[in-house]
Amino acid sequence: MTMQEEGVRRGRLSRRALLRRAGAAGVVAAVPAGVFAADVASAPERERLETFTATEADIADAFVSRLIPNDASGPGAQEARVLRYIDRALSGELAPARSAYTAGLAATDAYARSRFGAGFASLGPAQQDAVLTDMERNVAPGFTPNSRTFFDLVREHALQGMFGDPVHGGNADFIGWDLIGFAGLKLEFTEAEQQLDVTVTPAHKSVVDYPMFSGARGGGHAHHH
Amino acid sequence: MPTITEKGADVVVIGLGAGGGIAVLPLAQAGLDVVGLEAGGRYTTKDYPADEIRNDIRNWLGRAKVNTEIPTQRSTPGSATTPAIAPSRMMNGVGGTSIHWGAQSWRLMPWNFRERSETIRRYGASAIPAGSTIADWPISYDDLEPYYDKVEFLFGVSGKAGNLRGSIDPRGNVFEGPRAREYPLPPLRRSGFTELLANAARRLGWHPFAGPAAIRSQEYDGLGACVYHGFCTFNGCHVDAKGSTNLSSIPKAEKVGKLKVVEHARVTEIVVGRDGRATGVNYLKGGELHFQPAKAVLLAGYTYENTRLLLLSRSAAYPNGLSNNHGQVGKHYMAHTRAGANGVIPGRKLNRFSGTAGQWTAVDDWDSDFFDHTGLGFIGGGTMSATMEAKPIGAARTTPPSLPRWGSAWKAWLKENAISVASTATQINTTPYESNFLDLDPTTTDPDGVPVVRVTNELKPMERAAAQFVAEKCRQWLVEAGATETWLVAPNAVSIQTHAFGGTRMGDDRGQDVTDRWCFSHEVPNLGILGASNFPTSGGRNPTETVMALAWRTADHLVESWSARTG
Repeated sequence: MTMQEEGVRRGRLSRRALLRRAGAAGVVAAVPAGVFAADVASAPERERLETFTATEADIADAFVSRLIPNDASGPGAQEARVLRYIDRALSGELAPARSAYTAGLAATDAYARSRFGAGFASLGPAQQDAVLTDMERNVAPGFTPNSRTFFDLVREHALQGMFGDPVHGGNADFIGWDLIGFAGLKLEFTEAEQQLDVTVTPAHKSVVDYPMFSGARGGGHAHHH
Repeated sequence: MPTITEKGADVVVIGLGAGGGIAVLPLAQAGLDVVGLEAGGRYTTKDYPADEIRNDIRNWLGRAKVNTEIPTQRSTPGSATTPAIAPSRMMNGVGGTSIHWGAQSWRLMPWNFRERSETIRRYGASAIPAGSTIADWPISYDDLEPYYDKVEFLFGVSGKAGNLRGSIDPRGNVFEGPRAREYPLPPLRRSGFTELLANAARRLGWHPFAGPAAIRSQEYDGLGACVYHGFCTFNGCHVDAKGSTNLSSIPKAEKVGKLKVVEHARVTEIVVGRDGRATGVNYLKGGELHFQPAKAVLLAGYTYENTRLLLLSRSAAYPNGLSNNHGQVGKHYMAHTRAGANGVIPGRKLNRFSGTAGQWTAVDDWDSDFFDHTGLGFIGGGTMSATMEAKPIGAARTTPPSLPRWGSAWKAWLKENAISVASTATQINTTPYESNFLDLDPTTTDPDGVPVVRVTNELKPMERAAAQFVAEKCRQWLVEAGATETWLVAPNAVSIQTHAFGGTRMGDDRGQDVTDRWCFSHEVPNLGILGASNFPTSGGRNPTETVMALAWRTADHLVESWSARTG
């Protein structure tokens, strides 16, 4: 059974996501087996959305999945559930950015249709990258105040969702922290662990794994795992 | 009109942070009845999760007040005003920003107290830039030394003296002013990275040393020692190892029985009588307006709030705001100039994802007047630092400009290099200009409808030149340490930030300075002002220990001149 079939069987991947992955088959085929296994283990299952509409979620998920792709260097934003981070935050601390997402995702989709004749989430990776590149270069029309501003907003939130503490809904399975070699939260670091060229064993711990940080639940997020 | 009038106090202190939280101790010990009004509540170790999103990005500890009254900004009086990108990341709570400061704990250099006169003496009047309002401090390093000493021994500051009563020790900072005593605690642990950078600096002929930190390297005064877990800056310490007034001076003052702390009290006005003296303050608590009478008032908000509250406190005696009959409140504003360099030391695991920014190697060779500035186009310079405590989201942002900002190439680069990224940074001595100032925004208000501060500020050519000069030294340092690809952090003076100075400048000229040499108002004899709002120049390093030393000195002065100030 392929990863895609497994995902569909378990109801994890939307049809659009499946199509997108099919379009990226060449990339997937190049992924080493170990990474592939990790990807299957953490394949995203979209939970009930708290802010986005299903259509918005498809666009946003595709967006962050191109910013931080699942590729030869390991799983990416989709596996780390960056979408979940943004979706939850937009009903909480990031609520002031909700209207920017409503308009920006619609503009992203409209630009994709005008340039490639299909919605952003159904484009192949190369076409999606072309859309995002135009947005980053600030040459994509239809955005307020401009496409670069929205691109930067999503990128910043994608970094937060990928590399922030999992308590906020992203960085699932510590994918982001493992990518950059951050060992995860520990209450103490030894002298030996602060030397050069030492490999620090990953702790894979979040703030919620430490009872002493009981105040963490007052940190402006509505959820914890 | 206030609905509730409180029992009168000798002194009311507005804000219990780095400044007010220090001042209450000598006041209480002198037997004065002190009321401390604090906009936030009390926090303990459980409130300090190691969470970069909550702390660094959302500034959770500032939600009671700071986050709701973010100043607006514009670069010049003629340019458009825009919202700030983020709060200043100061905080509210008993202990204030001394809870979540980075705790690099410095004394200013002796030169910083007389920059104007020393510059003219050595380089001539033409070395002072056009539009500058640079002034000497009305006090010297020697005046403040005993108070630096008090602060260091209150907290248990960790460091190594480089100048012990004139005796130079190369294990410490050979450029520092003379100190009466060795630090109370030895420096924080050296790491592989801090030693790599110390050795590189020595090879360059510089004078590196273990930077001082108000973070305890050993248990001290019944308080904890650092465990190097990271997530220290913009967060409280989960083992109470940081120098925070809520752990030291505030509980000591409460124990004396002379300090009453009022939490969640938002001061709205300093009230004055017909004679122009302060009579107390109004504050909101629980939806009700209270009046706290007092014989003396100490205003100890952050730089923005000090100016704001004075400008909001209008009366017949002070129609343009309290202590502003000479139009100087809000003037001489400075936002600390910063710059630095990043680089990759290929194949090395630097292991900077732990520890504290107070665990660092510092270099002062390019600060103050420790080198000849002839022909350089600037005076001063800045301290340079190489610190631990990289954080994951910050690390993901620290990529070379030659790299795409997203996608597979970016991600692969992070996987390969994130743990090998070294950073060095500088804080540049910043001076005041006529065109950099604070006032009240004419349209933007906080949720209570009260105007926020408007910051008019731009990076000036002299500070830019200094920052470019020291940033290149930062780069040179990294290259010597083995960095191949390097890139600069461009000089910047973010208008709204944690190192903001001026607005109530101290000095002997009542026409140009809001406060006198004791940090008391020239116009209101029983109003003292605490904080970096008093600084005539910024210094090229972290300001907080100087804020604390000044606050202690102001409180001592109030005790010693009680009848003259309040009579």
